[in-house]
Amino acid sequence: MTSYNANMMAVLKRLYMGLILFFMYAPIAVLIIFSFNASRSRGTWEGFTLDWYIRLLNDQHTQRALRNTVLIAIFSTIFATAIGTVAAIGIDKLKKRSRTAIMLVSRVPVMMPDVIIGISLMMLFLFVFRTLGVGSLGFGTMLLAHVIFNVPYVILSVTPKLRQLDPNLYEAALDLGSNPLRAFVQVILPELWPGVVTGAMLAFTMSVDDFMVSFFTTSPGVQNLSIRIFSMTRRGVDPSINALSTIIFVVVMIMLILINRRDRRLIHKNAEDD
Amino acid sequence: MPRLIELVNIVKDFSQNRVLDNINLYINQNEFLTLLGPSGCGKTTTLRIIGGFEQPTGGDLLFNGESILHTPPHKRQLNTVFQRYALFPNMNVAENIAFGLKIKKVDRTSIKEKVQDMLKLVNLVGFENRSVTSLSGGQQQRVAIARALVCKPEVLLLDEPLGALDLKLRKEMQVELKNMQQQLGITFVYVTHDQEEALTMSDTIAVMNEGRILQIGTPEDIYNEPKSAFVANFIGESNIIPGTMLEDRRVSFAGTVFECVDKGFEEDEPVDIVVRPEDVRITSKDAGALVGEVKHVTFKGVHYEMRINTGGFTWKVQSTVQSPAGSIVGITVAPDLIHVMQKSAPVREVNAL
Repeated sequence: MTSYNANMMAVLKRLYMGLILFFMYAPIAVLIIFSFNASRSRGTWEGFTLDWYIRLLNDQHTQRALRNTVLIAIFSTIFATAIGTVAAIGIDKLKKRSRTAIMLVSRVPVMMPDVIIGISLMMLFLFVFRTLGVGSLGFGTMLLAHVIFNVPYVILSVTPKLRQLDPNLYEAALDLGSNPLRAFVQVILPELWPGVVTGAMLAFTMSVDDFMVSFFTTSPGVQNLSIRIFSMTRRGVDPSINALSTIIFVVVMIMLILINRRDRRLIHKNAEDD
Repeated sequence: MPRLIELVNIVKDFSQNRVLDNINLYINQNEFLTLLGPSGCGKTTTLRIIGGFEQPTGGDLLFNGESILHTPPHKRQLNTVFQRYALFPNMNVAENIAFGLKIKKVDRTSIKEKVQDMLKLVNLVGFENRSVTSLSGGQQQRVAIARALVCKPEVLLLDEPLGALDLKLRKEMQVELKNMQQQLGITFVYVTHDQEEALTMSDTIAVMNEGRILQIGTPEDIYNEPKSAFVANFIGESNIIPGTMLEDRRVSFAGTVFECVDKGFEEDEPVDIVVRPEDVRITSKDAGALVGEVKHVTFKGVHYEMRINTGGFTWKVQSTVQSPAGSIVGITVAPDLIHVMQKSAPVREVNAL
């Protein structure tokens, strides 16, 4: 009787898990499947085709949007990683009370709804432009916005590495005649590197993934892929949207898997070192 | 001997808290000087000020007669062995040792040579390519010493470098460090809370407590002629008995008048008497200056340790001859083994290891 109950429980648990995953991924699965559908219809399957992908690649607007997404992801990752790493080191050197306060403040953008970040950044940019009398929303403002919302992710992934750092390492390098810059590059940075790389990958993923903040901080002339999808749906639904969404989904998924595998490898490595 | 390093009226505050209170100290060339004291006495802070990792609140620091207060650590002619070694985890043993030489732009072949010499010196030949995280505590310790010594510093600062090692290894390393210091002719400034380590290795000991230097002297001076009850109690074990100085060379304590060699106190001045446990001699009941009962006997290997109650005071006595518990014995102390000290601040119990 008990073993029958235990079996039932195990089955129920799996069923429950399966249902959750089904509800989470079913829409994406449908989207991916219909990106290969030969018909325009979203209800009936009429055979396999790559037409929508080809059409997408030949579309100039989409090409430009793809270029923008990639450029913004790369540059915002580089800037955010540099700024975030330096910020994390500065925060770590603070006294405990101000450190806790600043960590809290730097975490707020991560939890804040994107729409609020987007609108507030837009208002700020417009205010600055009006005060200066020059400038307009576009590629530059979208890049800046991505840097801003990516910095906290880098800070959050570098900070644990700083905690593990032997406080005497930096002093030991200075003691042996190294100047502060060299001590940082040759001794401290290698220790922080795993955290820096994780932060950079997170930043890249977030940048590719973002729609809301981008939407508010750019002009209609400069689109990234997610804005391109949005504007395509407004002009009438076309399965090339499915194709485009599938591409973004695959890129983000690959990034997430890479980050995940890295984390697991690092945990393994740390366990071995102990 | 020329003075190499001089600390002049060094004061250090950590947010309202005075951790160093007017430290004056000089270190001669080729000297092995130990800063000895309980934890929190300011010895590590003193070392960090010499190394340049901490700025004093007041005072001056001289190196070869010139102030180096505003010289950053990487431009000071000294190297440090840190308490937890601080080896660079991303470099192997040879790269760790070569770090300082590369900065000095020494050419590749001489770097290789010098690293080999150092590995020989610290007994780690064959470990060149090992990762430092794979080494034992004692081996990491040796790499840290090699890394600091390869730069041929005029002064080596060592912050409790043997603290993490087990007893046997610690004793071996004490001898090795002392040998290295004499061989290389480098000035050592050594920080420890272990009085035995300090006595074994040092040319000079500075005993510190609560941010002050209480006594500076050779190990023999410090052990045989402690200037205060704190020093007597921290360095080795002591019987500390309140007494009265009757006149020059005559002192009264434990209800009896003793001859001693101290003078210059005021008449009837209250004093502290310090007697080392090994300086108390056990005699027959009739021959002793005091008579007491043996309360306790503990076998300590080389000697027996006994507690002898003479009514009012329980003596700590060490002797190679055992007097059984319960027996009545006499005890005496030779005049030159009675140390008379001015009453100072009340003695605080210290766990001398």
